[in-house]
Amino acid sequence: MADARPPAVALEGIVKAFGSVTALREVSLTVRDGEFVCFLGPSGCGKTTLLRIIAGLERQDAGVVRMAGRDVSRLPPGQRGYGIVFQSYALFPNLTVARNVAYGLQTRRAARRDVEARVDELLGLVGLARHRQRYPAQLSGGEQQRVALARALAPSPSLLLLDEPLSALDARVRLALRQEIKALQRRLGITTIMVTHDQEEALTMADRIVVMDHGVVEQVGTPADIYGEPASLFVARFVGHMNLLEAVADARPGWARLGPHTLRHRPTPGARPGGPLTLGIRPEEVRIGAAARAAENRLTARVTSVQFQGAFTRLGLRTCGEGGPALECDLAATALADLEVREGAELPVALVPGALRAFVTAPAGG
Amino acid sequence: MAILRAGAGAGRAVRGRLDAERAVGHACLAVFGAFLYVFLVWPMAQVLWRSLLDNDGRFLGLANYLRYFRTPAIAASITNSLTVSLFAMVLTVGLAFVYAYALTRTRMPGRGVFRLVAMLPIFAPSLVSAIAFVYAFGNNGIVTRQTGINIGIYGAKGIVLAEVFYCFPHAMLILVAALGAADARLYDAAAALGASRLKIFLTVTLPGVKYGLMSACFVVFTLVITDFGIPKVVGGKFSVMATEIYNQVIGQQNFTMGATVSVVLLVPAGLAFVVDRLVQRRQYALVSAAARPLEPGRGRATQALLFGYCSLIAACVVGIFLVILTSSVVNRWPYDFTLTLKHYRFDTAGGYTALFNSVWVATLTAVAGTLVTFVGAYLVEKRRTRATGVLYVLALLPVSVPGMVLGLAYIFAFNAPGSALNTLYGTLAILVVSNVVHYFTVPFLTATTSLKQMDAEFEKVSASLGVPFYRTFWRVTVPIALPSVVGISMYFFLNAMVTLSAVVFLVAPGTELAAVSVLLLDDAGESAQATAMSVLIIGVGLLVRLVYWILLRGITRRTQAWTVATAQPTARPRSQP
Repeated sequence: MADARPPAVALEGIVKAFGSVTALREVSLTVRDGEFVCFLGPSGCGKTTLLRIIAGLERQDAGVVRMAGRDVSRLPPGQRGYGIVFQSYALFPNLTVARNVAYGLQTRRAARRDVEARVDELLGLVGLARHRQRYPAQLSGGEQQRVALARALAPSPSLLLLDEPLSALDARVRLALRQEIKALQRRLGITTIMVTHDQEEALTMADRIVVMDHGVVEQVGTPADIYGEPASLFVARFVGHMNLLEAVADARPGWARLGPHTLRHRPTPGARPGGPLTLGIRPEEVRIGAAARAAENRLTARVTSVQFQGAFTRLGLRTCGEGGPALECDLAATALADLEVREGAELPVALVPGALRAFVTAPAGG
Repeated sequence: MAILRAGAGAGRAVRGRLDAERAVGHACLAVFGAFLYVFLVWPMAQVLWRSLLDNDGRFLGLANYLRYFRTPAIAASITNSLTVSLFAMVLTVGLAFVYAYALTRTRMPGRGVFRLVAMLPIFAPSLVSAIAFVYAFGNNGIVTRQTGINIGIYGAKGIVLAEVFYCFPHAMLILVAALGAADARLYDAAAALGASRLKIFLTVTLPGVKYGLMSACFVVFTLVITDFGIPKVVGGKFSVMATEIYNQVIGQQNFTMGATVSVVLLVPAGLAFVVDRLVQRRQYALVSAAARPLEPGRGRATQALLFGYCSLIAACVVGIFLVILTSSVVNRWPYDFTLTLKHYRFDTAGGYTALFNSVWVATLTAVAGTLVTFVGAYLVEKRRTRATGVLYVLALLPVSVPGMVLGLAYIFAFNAPGSALNTLYGTLAILVVSNVVHYFTVPFLTATTSLKQMDAEFEKVSASLGVPFYRTFWRVTVPIALPSVVGISMYFFLNAMVTLSAVVFLVAPGTELAAVSVLLLDDAGESAQATAMSVLIIGVGLLVRLVYWILLRGITRRTQAWTVATAQPTARPRSQP
């Protein structure tokens, strides 16, 4: 779809340092109108700093922040036109739910009736109309977070910023609220940027994920891209579970040596023959038993552990004999039934080339 | 959802107001800075400067200091001050520790009453306890006459006795707080390991209140060394630094020597303050959030012993107050005990005007002091700029400035020929300002603490919603902090009612104050009238305390619905800085 409108948010070469620590190194990216983008990364990766720079709560050392084409780099927070929800909710404890939601409306000299109508509309939207006159302390954590969301949306911002909005909640509330926030964002079509360190949250909610590490954007892509085609070893390690095997690049491009075996993998640019490679395969992609018989890249493995995990069972395997690399394999309950698995059993295993990713590892000291 | 999208991007021409908001913020900070400069920094600089001049304004360098240290009569005041302060400190903290231990670590009956009684000395000017001790143990004291034993109250002994009485509640409050915050898990662990009760006391209890004990020591030491009223009444020929300043300034009109002694007095008070701040900074990690509160034990013998001890202390406090009350309503203590109200006629020293002035000044001090400290703490805490670090340090200074020194500084600053602020001199306003500055630090720190407990994102949410900070300050910050705001105003009021040291230099005909009247009446030999005035001061203090108690209860009830929120961890640690 060709879109002539400028992106909702465009960052150009954002740099930020705190003293001698560089938090962001030349970060550039664009967020399209109506898109749900997640900044994902471990703590200290710079994702929160980036969000705060977009919000105007922190001033970048270099670079430009544009919103809908307008340079807002020097504008104070109140003039940028966004709503924000913090991890701590930051609800005003002495004001009722209704007064909290109305907080950003009352300064705009709007008629009292309009304000009340708007508060009703938003509380209806987040399903809290009954709690109008309650105080925040009388609500559950999830309800408080929804009030915070309603308050942020009340002045009709064109951008919604969410700073780890779910991490203070317990697991079950978190799952429900994920769905709710996502559905609400779809209905309103509001451009949304969420910061999170929870990869599952990012995978389920985002249209696009920005994976960050050490102040650098490692990869930008859809959840399927990020999970299926991790652009770097860091992304492979951080998102989802991935078996990583130290190997050596073969003379033939697209082949690698793992112990006595030579395995074909997905093509990798930049692999030098004899140079170190890390092979990656997800546990659910490892074929085992009968499924492995006719497949390429076949090895033998010994079962070292069997962990029942409910919907599936995770097998711990060791390949290439004693002291060889370890491997994990997830088996659905049905597949497990066909297979005779016990600790110590020897089984054929296949790392099919289509699933076997390869990452060029920087040689030690380089 | 048309209404939700409408207005997005439009109607956000708010540049003007936000720029004005920033200007308001800077202006408020500038006013706060100017207040601290004009009423603290500049007057104190005058004291330092004047200590280097002679009485005709010629520069002498350190000659005044040399003369001070070389004149044995004056130099003795330094060692006298230190001796008295150390003795009073050890006695007060020792007595208060056992008392606080009984209140917090046993289930003995009457703990509430014991606590209330021990608080009484806070409501009286310091010198009142000295007058009462003279009435009891003086040459014509009732104890002296009944028993025939004269303990020689005039001098160091009397000062220490009266100071212990006066400082007791201050030390007790700190120690009750320290002893109250115990972790039961440590006691369980020690008991499980088979430690004896003495060993538990030495290895768990004492280390746990180490910082509380140190803090109590510093507070008492500073109170005693800067106190003027008690040594003035009961010191006799025993001169301490605070009375020396008074004698030099009022007695001999030797302002430069007064300034010199003042600067020397700043040293121990300042040192005590600095060390106390360093100690307090380490105190917080002592009891972790996971701690389980300690349930007081049931040792019967210990409890009976401690009950007897507390009864004795409480009886002493009540006894002293009875002496004050009785002496004010009898014809001639201790010879003629016919009841009379003649001492309440106050034929000299301002009479009832002084009392009304005191109440009025205390009220204004409460209002102005609360406003300046709370708004100041808010600006320093929430609107961080380059200036706020300096302002924070300045705000901590007043606690180490003795009242006598501040009073003298105000004479230099506001009673100098050609000074633009001379119009302040001789007014009630200067008394209010000196009280606000004198008692500035403790309320400022209280306000800072309560502001720190608030979610730091409040201001950011407001900014993102385009709401100016002063609106959020008024609608959210002040209502949440209302209990501390009320507490701060009470602190100012009660202290302004009983303070003597700073204002004794600043009262003028028409602006007499009750506490100063007590001093002047006692000086003039009208001791009965002095205690009568004291009774009225204590009465006003207790009445105001009661009003505040009712007020605070009302606030607590009204805000019960939402104060649960502050008990919850609203601001969890962020995952990254």
